[in-house]
Amino acid sequence: MLSVSLRKRRDGFALQVAFEAPTPGVVALFGRSGCGKSTTIDLIAGLLDPDEGHVRLDDATLVDTRERASVPAERRRIGYVFQDSKLFPHFSVAGNLRYGLKRVREGGERIGFDEVVALLGLAPFLARRPHQLSGGERQRVALGRALLSQPRLLLLDEPLASIDAARREEVLPYLEVLRDRLSIPMVYVSHQFDEVLRLATHVVLLDAGHVVAQGSPGDVSLRPELRAIVGPEAVGAVLDGTIIAVDPASRLAELRLGRGTLRIHAPDAAAGASVRVQLPARDVILATERPQALSVRNAIEGIIDDVIEDEDDARLVRVDIGGAFVLSRVTIAAVEALRLKRGDAVWVLIKAVSMRGHTFKGPARTSTR
Amino acid sequence: MSFTLTPEEVVALRLSLEIAARSVLWSLPFAIFVAWLLTRTRFVGRTLFDAFVHLPLVLPPVATGYVLLLLFGNRGPLGRLFHEHLGIEFAFTKAGAALATAVMTFPLMVRTIRIALEGVDRGLEAAARTLGAGPFDRFATITLPLMAPGILAGAVTAFSAALGEFGAVITFVSNIPGETRTLPLALYTAIQSPNGDAMALRLAIMAFVLGLGGLLLAEFLARRVRWRLGR
Repeated sequence: MLSVSLRKRRDGFALQVAFEAPTPGVVALFGRSGCGKSTTIDLIAGLLDPDEGHVRLDDATLVDTRERASVPAERRRIGYVFQDSKLFPHFSVAGNLRYGLKRVREGGERIGFDEVVALLGLAPFLARRPHQLSGGERQRVALGRALLSQPRLLLLDEPLASIDAARREEVLPYLEVLRDRLSIPMVYVSHQFDEVLRLATHVVLLDAGHVVAQGSPGDVSLRPELRAIVGPEAVGAVLDGTIIAVDPASRLAELRLGRGTLRIHAPDAAAGASVRVQLPARDVILATERPQALSVRNAIEGIIDDVIEDEDDARLVRVDIGGAFVLSRVTIAAVEALRLKRGDAVWVLIKAVSMRGHTFKGPARTSTR
Repeated sequence: MSFTLTPEEVVALRLSLEIAARSVLWSLPFAIFVAWLLTRTRFVGRTLFDAFVHLPLVLPPVATGYVLLLLFGNRGPLGRLFHEHLGIEFAFTKAGAALATAVMTFPLMVRTIRIALEGVDRGLEAAARTLGAGPFDRFATITLPLMAPGILAGAVTAFSAALGEFGAVITFVSNIPGETRTLPLALYTAIQSPNGDAMALRLAIMAFVLGLGGLLLAEFLARRVRWRLGR
């Protein structure tokens, strides 16, 4: 369990955050720039001191102002991957990787140099200098360097922000590997909701220095507070499910979801895999009768759970599809014409092409959880 | 006129190089420490301290030499302390010439090192910290190597300037051949003597070559280190 409760005043900005998340797992601190995400992880790392509060990781107290206890950053054993990698320019890649490793206390080594090099595909770069690497390669080295310091928690401050969108795939899959195979607890700071969706097991939504919502990505995706941060276009329910079959002809995967099944594009998935999908609310259509002869591949029966204010001319309709919820963004005119209200039965229509599924295994659970 | 150096001139040249080297080597650690104090710490009287460090730059060198004479002379409080406890005598010695030179070139060195230290990305130090490096470890493995170009450039510039130090040296340790008569002092002596024209010219050319060489070397070293750091 990672337990954080912190207050910090700094340059006229007041931060007050509190959250608890299970370990191992990936906590995503999500919010707009300047909402206090980076300050929060600097406080967790010990690079800043809180005015008040505590950070506890499993049985260890890292800082607690009430007990006047604070472990200095260099002894917290917390790995930190900075936004602009902060590789040491006067060391080679290998020298950077070994910097933390050399300073590990006797007996603390759990992951070795060769293992990290293999895991992150760093072998071709070992002799190079940091300035000879691309942005994505630099971040992988930074990740390896942090891992080799044998951290009990890994902090990542927008590690993909300085990499252009096309090259993010050079890094993202490695982060998934860390989460699933090494089971290292992580705190991931981002203002990109798609990154959060791929990685997070727990989402903390921050706005102006305060936590406005937190929970599983599925829960948080249904929260109205999210809309203000990601914008109305990006709102959509996030669902975790299991693939029951993949149709070889259409390459569509069939996903069990609530009462129905959903056919989605999940290029890397096989039957039995866990996947996470986001259904953009703008691409979810509601019908009051069972639709016939449509090109839409997915139609699931559900019951309206709530009709939520959205923008002036739109409403967000939350539909219970049996243990799971989807969001649909419809015009007020449509709400009135179809007389949509809580408790009504509706058909939810989702285009298979509007969804992108990602396999999401999640961290291997340890028995202590 | 012959351009071959006389034995007397060779002595002055070697003395200059030795005194400049001693002054730079002794003042370098202090200059790094003072640059660090002025860049990284906040304390009461910091501005005053900063001004004090830069004082030799604006004081008449003769005044600086006189203050040194009062403090480090045979009867001066610090001079007596050094003589009794460390056996070091400054008055009318090479050591005194090196001290006067060090004091005069100190502001120059601090300035260059300070700029180098300000250029070090503190995020790199933070990164080293999260990787388990304590304060001294961080300074030795990250901060110091990254400011090396500035330290080197500062040292070479100070060395070049030290070769030319005149006023403070002649006031504090006088003009003793073979002991404190450095290149500029020998040059001054030559100009004062009736038949010293040729000698004065040779020494002036020497000073010119050394000064230019020193500045070029400083630039070359700085570039090499920058290249090595990939900037």
